[in-house]
Amino acid sequence: MATGGEGPHAEDTFAKLLRAHATLRGTSPAFRLKDLGLWQTWSWGQVYEETRAIAQGLIGLGLKPGETIAIVGANRPRLYWSITAAQMVGAVPVPVYADAVADEIAAVLVHSEATIIVAQDQEQVDKILSVRDRLPRLARLLYDEPRGLGDYDEPGLAPLAAVAAKGRAALADPAVASSLDRLIDAGKGSDPSVILYTSGTTGRSKGVVMSGERSIRAARHTVAFDRLTDRDEALAYLPLAWVGDHYLNYAQGYVAGFCIACPESAETAASDLREIGPTYHFAPPRVFEALLTRVQIRMEDAGAVKRWLFRHFMEVARRWGEKITNGERVPLSARLAYRLGDLLIYAPLKNALGFSRVRVAYTAGEAIGADLFAFYRSIGLNLKQLYGQTEAFLFVTAQADRAVRSDAVGPPAPSVEVRIAESGEVQFKSPGMFVGYFREDDKTREAMTDDGYVKTGDAGFFDSDGQLKIIDRAKDVGRLRNGQMFAPKYIENKLKFFPEIREAVTIGDGREFVAAMINIELASVGNWAERNNVAYASYQELAANGQVYAMIEKRVDAVNRALSLEPVMAGAQIRRFLILPKELDPDDGELTRTQKVRRGFVAERYASLIEGLYGGAGEASIRAEITYEDGRKGKLDATARIVDLPSYPPARRADAA
Amino acid sequence: MTAPNDILLAVEHVSLSFGGVRAISDVSFDIRKGEVRAIIGPNGAGKTSMLNVVNGFYHPQQGAIRWQGQARSRMKPHEAAAQGIARTFQNVALFKGMTTLDNIMTGRSLRMRRNIFWQAMRHGPALDEEIEHRRVCEEIIDFLEIEHIRKTAVGALPYGLQKRVELGRALAMEPVLLLLDEPMAGMNREEKEDMSRFIVEANRYRGATVALIEHDMGVVMDLSDRVVVLDYGRKIADDVPDAVKSDKKVIGAYLGVGQ
Repeated sequence: MATGGEGPHAEDTFAKLLRAHATLRGTSPAFRLKDLGLWQTWSWGQVYEETRAIAQGLIGLGLKPGETIAIVGANRPRLYWSITAAQMVGAVPVPVYADAVADEIAAVLVHSEATIIVAQDQEQVDKILSVRDRLPRLARLLYDEPRGLGDYDEPGLAPLAAVAAKGRAALADPAVASSLDRLIDAGKGSDPSVILYTSGTTGRSKGVVMSGERSIRAARHTVAFDRLTDRDEALAYLPLAWVGDHYLNYAQGYVAGFCIACPESAETAASDLREIGPTYHFAPPRVFEALLTRVQIRMEDAGAVKRWLFRHFMEVARRWGEKITNGERVPLSARLAYRLGDLLIYAPLKNALGFSRVRVAYTAGEAIGADLFAFYRSIGLNLKQLYGQTEAFLFVTAQADRAVRSDAVGPPAPSVEVRIAESGEVQFKSPGMFVGYFREDDKTREAMTDDGYVKTGDAGFFDSDGQLKIIDRAKDVGRLRNGQMFAPKYIENKLKFFPEIREAVTIGDGREFVAAMINIELASVGNWAERNNVAYASYQELAANGQVYAMIEKRVDAVNRALSLEPVMAGAQIRRFLILPKELDPDDGELTRTQKVRRGFVAERYASLIEGLYGGAGEASIRAEITYEDGRKGKLDATARIVDLPSYPPARRADAA
Repeated sequence: MTAPNDILLAVEHVSLSFGGVRAISDVSFDIRKGEVRAIIGPNGAGKTSMLNVVNGFYHPQQGAIRWQGQARSRMKPHEAAAQGIARTFQNVALFKGMTTLDNIMTGRSLRMRRNIFWQAMRHGPALDEEIEHRRVCEEIIDFLEIEHIRKTAVGALPYGLQKRVELGRALAMEPVLLLLDEPMAGMNREEKEDMSRFIVEANRYRGATVALIEHDMGVVMDLSDRVVVLDYGRKIADDVPDAVKSDKKVIGAYLGVGQ
């Protein structure tokens, strides 16, 4: 097996992996794309030919080894092939977040010094052209989808298809073809294979440089860990520029030889998921949460019989499902009831969600609610957690089948060394570890310890069963003025586990008490409003509604009660809260592109609201500028009511940990 | 100034009354091949009546319509459709219970050659034909970026998307002349920008001549090559957008300034 082993002939670059698949499983499906309503499939053999054509075309455009080439767009087969084609030539691909606004894209393009850009469509081309004056090194701008670009007259703008066609024509000459073969052979595993820009949760994003051999080695370990084979299939819907996609789909797909299916568009991903029925799936907790919310909303609108069946069998699943998934012993009657439930509810539900064939599913990125996690596991989905970051090439820890729980992220992944520093920070050394930050050696040094471990910046500890528990960002863990430990994310996650709360920001470091700003979830609160005859026209109006406030107050109160049961956290109960009159949005810089709250920025922007929270006022106003996706600005001018809450006395628990 | 064979449709001295009400009085203008032609005017100026005359729904008491150089006698809407005139409506007129795809497919019905029996059998040549029609519809779905609602009943869609589906159905006819009655009514700015893009692309790349009624002046001035202005059923201006914008009579009609 050319792709399974670690022998001296094992492929150490993605171009060599692709070539091996083309010989080993030339006719097996490698990529799919839904186009004009039909799934188009390319075999490994075809993908190899297409990739060679693009690579030769790029050589024709003057792309040199070591140069960078940016890829801007969603998950399209040709964009993945462009990544491999660049690697084939010895150039370094830089995938860029497609939903970023022009300014953010420009920052990455300038920093990465890309000479060629492959963009998906007119939207991306427009964004790039709008910042072209900042990109003096940019020589060529290629695009995959020609629609709307017919009468653009811009120097260097050309369709990717034309470049590939030229490459294909050139490759008809055996001399050219064998020279490309030699280029593939000459590719070294130690060369940079990709630069992945971090999402920038903590400041400006950094270019994380990976090498081919490290990426492939890490992917081999996890492919073996989850027993992925060329019969598996995944839907590639995660941002192309995110390490998760590059690892889970690209690297693992190229190592295991499984098929990568690309959705028709971002909006159709849910129905494409159902049609493809992947066997290997990743989704961040918020996606699983949104799916569950949708199921619950639809069940509430369903007929009485269906509702009863759903409730009854979900109760059966809650009691026995996880035990059965984990292979524990359960009474025969429970097994039979679960079987019946599978027939009537779980299997149809999984089918409706597109999870029928899923063998391994992961979630990561944020803490996942215990109930949410249990829901999916109890209906028989093998959902597990992993903990990782870009610098590790994703995996730091991962849960093994049958050793899964919601409040921890698993033991170290295969061949990864993890330790907890004195400060409580999690540090690791892994086979897929990054080479360094692109053009930022000082930052690279800062991120590493003297003995070669990577500092994650996360605070955590190992539980008694060897699974890692993450509390918060190490630098975010603060103290109230009385010395009480304050872990904002820990409290926020408890709030966010309620379906009505989409996002929460808690404040408390250096303050007298903990206060919270809350974003309601429009889908579930909107549905609640509909059922309770609460009229509203906008998010802002719903957020200011008295009944909504009363409901959220109950949720915050429940969190306080839960906190009071934990000796370490009892002093950090929420005393005052308000509902934000606006949804936090990455376009306004309040969230990162991966939907994480930018704490510092939010604190600055909503300073007047925070002042109100601590000033004892009954309400606070906010004036701010908001940005639309196309870059236009608008004004926000709103007032939020502030609610005071009682605290629970710290409860004593016999089994307090 | 223009060769007559450039003129796709000419409205010549048309007058239309309903009982004692004069909706249109002696209006003449033409629509040239390949242009985007706007018809504007205050409420009740006779714009929709004019479109109804053009696609044969109303028959003017006086005047004539020349379609591709031929004087047109009393023509019914389905005959107009068969000759390549497609339209969308001020208040969306779709089959609410049918999916987006099926609605767009109905736009192909005039182009189906096999009779209803073969279509119902979905067999042999009828099946090949349906596959070809489906391909055309899928291209339109891709063009209008409505893949995600392909299988959704249009009654459940927001208004902006329904308008888009209606445009899709009109495009499915592969029209020579596309009549759009307030395509942007009730849309937010982002939806308007999308719709404008689709209209421009339909005109430029799908080769449809477009005549549209629209109240959003920004959209009209950006999109159209020439604008005809109606007021109380009379034509008060007919020129390129810039000239129309500064025309005193037009400003008067819109602001209600007496003359």
